[in-house]
Amino acid sequence: MDSTILTLILLVPLAGALVVALLPDRGKLPAWLALITTLATFVLTWHLPAHFNSSQSGFQFVVNRQWIESPAIYYHIGVDGLSLWLVVLVGLLGPVGVLASWNSITRRRKVFYSLFLVQQTAMYGVFISLDLMVYYGFWELSLVPMAILIAMYGRKDGQKAAMKFFLFTFIPSAPLLVAILYLYARTGTFNFSELRILVAAGSVPTDAAFWVALAFLFAFAVKVPVFPLHGWLADTFGEAPVAMAMVVAGKLGLYSMLRFHIGLFPVQAHAIAPLLIALAVIGILYGACLALVQRDFWRFLAFAALSHLSLITLGIYGFTFTGWSGAAFQILNNELIDAALFVLFGALEIRYATSEIAAYGGMANRTPRLATIFVVVSLAMIGLPLLNGFVGEFLILSSTFAGVNHGWATVATLGVILSAAYMLWLVQRVFYGQESRMAAAEPPNDLHLGEQLVLWPLAVLMLIMGVSPNLWLQSIETAPKPLVLQQARAASSIAQPDAVPVVSAGEVQR
Amino acid sequence: MNTVLDMYRILPEVILTITGVLVMLVDASLAPFRSRRPLGWVAASGTTAAYAASIWQLSLPVGTGFSGTVETSPFTVFFHVLICGIVIVTLLLSLDTLPEDSHHQGEYYALMVFGAVGMCLLTSAVELLVVFIGLEISSISTYILAGYRKQTGKGPEAAIKYFLLGSFATAFLLYGIALVFGATGTTQVYEIARNVSSAPNQVLVNAALGMMLVGILFKVSAAPFHIWTPDVYEGAPSPVVALMSTAPKAAAFAFLLRIVYEMFPTLRSVWAPVLWIVAVLSMTVGNLAALRQQNVKRMLAYSAIAHAGYLLAAFAGFGSTGISAASFYIAAYAAMNVGIFAVITIAGGYGDERPLVQDYKGLLHRSPLLGSLLIFFLVSLIGIPFTGGFFGKFYSFSAAVGGGAVILAIIGLMNSGLAAAYYLRFALAAAQRSAEDEEASRMPSMQVGIAVGAALLLATAATLALGIVPGGTLRATEAGAHTLQAPPAASVVPADITATRANQ
Repeated sequence: MDSTILTLILLVPLAGALVVALLPDRGKLPAWLALITTLATFVLTWHLPAHFNSSQSGFQFVVNRQWIESPAIYYHIGVDGLSLWLVVLVGLLGPVGVLASWNSITRRRKVFYSLFLVQQTAMYGVFISLDLMVYYGFWELSLVPMAILIAMYGRKDGQKAAMKFFLFTFIPSAPLLVAILYLYARTGTFNFSELRILVAAGSVPTDAAFWVALAFLFAFAVKVPVFPLHGWLADTFGEAPVAMAMVVAGKLGLYSMLRFHIGLFPVQAHAIAPLLIALAVIGILYGACLALVQRDFWRFLAFAALSHLSLITLGIYGFTFTGWSGAAFQILNNELIDAALFVLFGALEIRYATSEIAAYGGMANRTPRLATIFVVVSLAMIGLPLLNGFVGEFLILSSTFAGVNHGWATVATLGVILSAAYMLWLVQRVFYGQESRMAAAEPPNDLHLGEQLVLWPLAVLMLIMGVSPNLWLQSIETAPKPLVLQQARAASSIAQPDAVPVVSAGEVQR
Repeated sequence: MNTVLDMYRILPEVILTITGVLVMLVDASLAPFRSRRPLGWVAASGTTAAYAASIWQLSLPVGTGFSGTVETSPFTVFFHVLICGIVIVTLLLSLDTLPEDSHHQGEYYALMVFGAVGMCLLTSAVELLVVFIGLEISSISTYILAGYRKQTGKGPEAAIKYFLLGSFATAFLLYGIALVFGATGTTQVYEIARNVSSAPNQVLVNAALGMMLVGILFKVSAAPFHIWTPDVYEGAPSPVVALMSTAPKAAAFAFLLRIVYEMFPTLRSVWAPVLWIVAVLSMTVGNLAALRQQNVKRMLAYSAIAHAGYLLAAFAGFGSTGISAASFYIAAYAAMNVGIFAVITIAGGYGDERPLVQDYKGLLHRSPLLGSLLIFFLVSLIGIPFTGGFFGKFYSFSAAVGGGAVILAIIGLMNSGLAAAYYLRFALAAAQRSAEDEEASRMPSMQVGIAVGAALLLATAATLALGIVPGGTLRATEAGAHTLQAPPAASVVPADITATRANQ
């Protein structure tokens, strides 16, 4: 079971997609099939944390079989503390996405759900691939269903948004592929673990390594997105169907930064970190300021996401252990919160057919349950203690304060305050105050059972993650780092003595 | 000389010739009002037999026949199989889509088969004059087929344009052959390879190389010799475009591989930079022009130019890596391009009722099968992983990176980003819902006949197989690459040659 579980997780959604594609498009049949498939996969992903050995560093559940002889591409998959929970997260967001589309996708369910399931496979693939080519394969594959679905279900101009999304993310992956090929030409392997050792041993010349690392970073930074590469985000959020929009930003790019940019090129990453820190802090403030002035709640969500994703980027490039753990944890939080917000906004949009914030007002009387959950999620996003957002933000900001620079940390904290401002202001405008004409015209129509079934578990999970984050952090911290650490230390002791990672000797030995 | 073995060495060509002649004879003896459709089946079965014969040729000892003019090796078998495969699929495609009342149907099928003879001969010939004969047979068949819709204005225009420019290019090739004979005193490929470095006049050798490159680069529609492509693609019937955008190109590329890797490997410092420039030009010109096209076939014509550029990038690789990458790319490109033209043929019909990209709006909803196949082939042309197009590009650019042409690989991949824009525009148009979409979905979806269905299935299976399990094909291309790198023992060939010379 241990060696086949990851393959199963990859194949079940794909098989589901095939079944959906082959059966007739009748009523809600595709939706039910997709729900069953995603639930089954979600249950399968539980196997990972249940059998994960958190006293052991390195990859587990590994499969490593030759796929193609020359070039030597291996079907090499496995998870470690970093990717473990991301896989479970993808599993959780599967059924959430299906239920979120339950009523909003009314036409061509077959196409929608089969592409949705392909997208699931692609995302699992990205998180578990340990062979760079296989990884790249899934990375590219994840673009296609997304682009097609944005074009098909766009609200206003889906085609344009789809083009923008696709080109923004496809073009940077060209240098990424060249970089991967170059690494292969130099080292003769695509194996992540081997490459890590070979790069550390200096098999790639220094000046070439700079460019290779930069190509990696560029591709990932667009996908996150990092300011100023966020051009696609607002349009994609505005046009994509809810289930797709909630998975498009953030985790793929951030995970790849941690795993492949910092993991393979710690020295180069450390050298470029000051730039990334600056961009991240700008992104935090820029996203927050723009979120304040948005009129459409999808665009609002896009800029809020930019701000929060920039905070995670800050945690990653602060080059501290605490920051990395915090970032890995915050990726999970952020995805959960975003997913919940997407479902909530989607529920509003399906009831009132508009995403204009000004059209709403006083909704709390009309939809009390929706308002309650919305407030809980907003508080989690703001970073209220006892909810999950707090833990991640605290870890990131405190590590920045101690390990990077007081100035940056202060400015970044300002962004957190701004996030409270725009979020609470939005809550006030939408749910409280004078009842708007539109809200008054419609009969009260609160969350129905299906929506509550999605939202309450998410809200409860936010609370659990906030109260006992150690359940997660414990295994996240087993993600392999020693090699990284030594190199980063070596680099930092020469170049920037003030940015030595905050780690105790105990952590080094572990 | 072993006559039987010699005949075995050209067995696929023989089978194809017999099939072609048979088709023409039966066509002539059939009453005018009788359906010509069975002739298509005859042609397809004959080509299938040739396909099988090509595979069987692997059991022959590697070597040359007919006094060192025709070679059998894994390299030739790979291209024979590829060409026969393409011809089978396009024949199946034509079977259901050629209108029953169109003229000269028998000749149409016969010409396709004769074209295949020429292309196969071109890949297995190791004597430049035989190469020339093969090239002419294949070219003349495609010239005629390009003008098959002679009642439209664009058909004859396409044929004449193709014929004039094509003859001009062939003249270049012939001139190159003459020069190489002047410089080295022979037209046998291995002999040339041996004599080239000791040739007294190196200027002549370089000029010969240049002329031959011009002739071949025209055939593969590489910039700056690409001007004919869009017009010809637009004017020719879609199944013919499916054929001529892949099979003659495969044959021409096989010969190009022979020229640079077998005949003139010592002149790498000359041809490598030339091909570098041509590759960059082709992909950039092709993609930039394709971006602006509204007509589907013209767009795909420019995309063909761009793909010729990606393929030429493989030539920056050293020895067997370059050869096998190029061979693989040809196969992958053939699979997806035949596939997409199959979809266009079915959707647009024989008369090109859907010339523009916007005519495909909502195809996915009107006909889910065709629509999803269209998107699938476009995704492969973009080069998304798990499709043949991806591994084609992958091997090509990794050969380039391995050969030290990192800049070329970067330009190439940037170009494939650019190309994604127009492929995606097409794919998204098919995915988009259009206004009349709702009532259209109630209309019966397009009928797909058995032959066309088989053609689509073959193209899809090939594209998928090359993307998921490229191992087998890769081994074949590598085996081919090694035979091209190490020509058969020298002692056999000159004896044969001198014997023929003496006889003359």
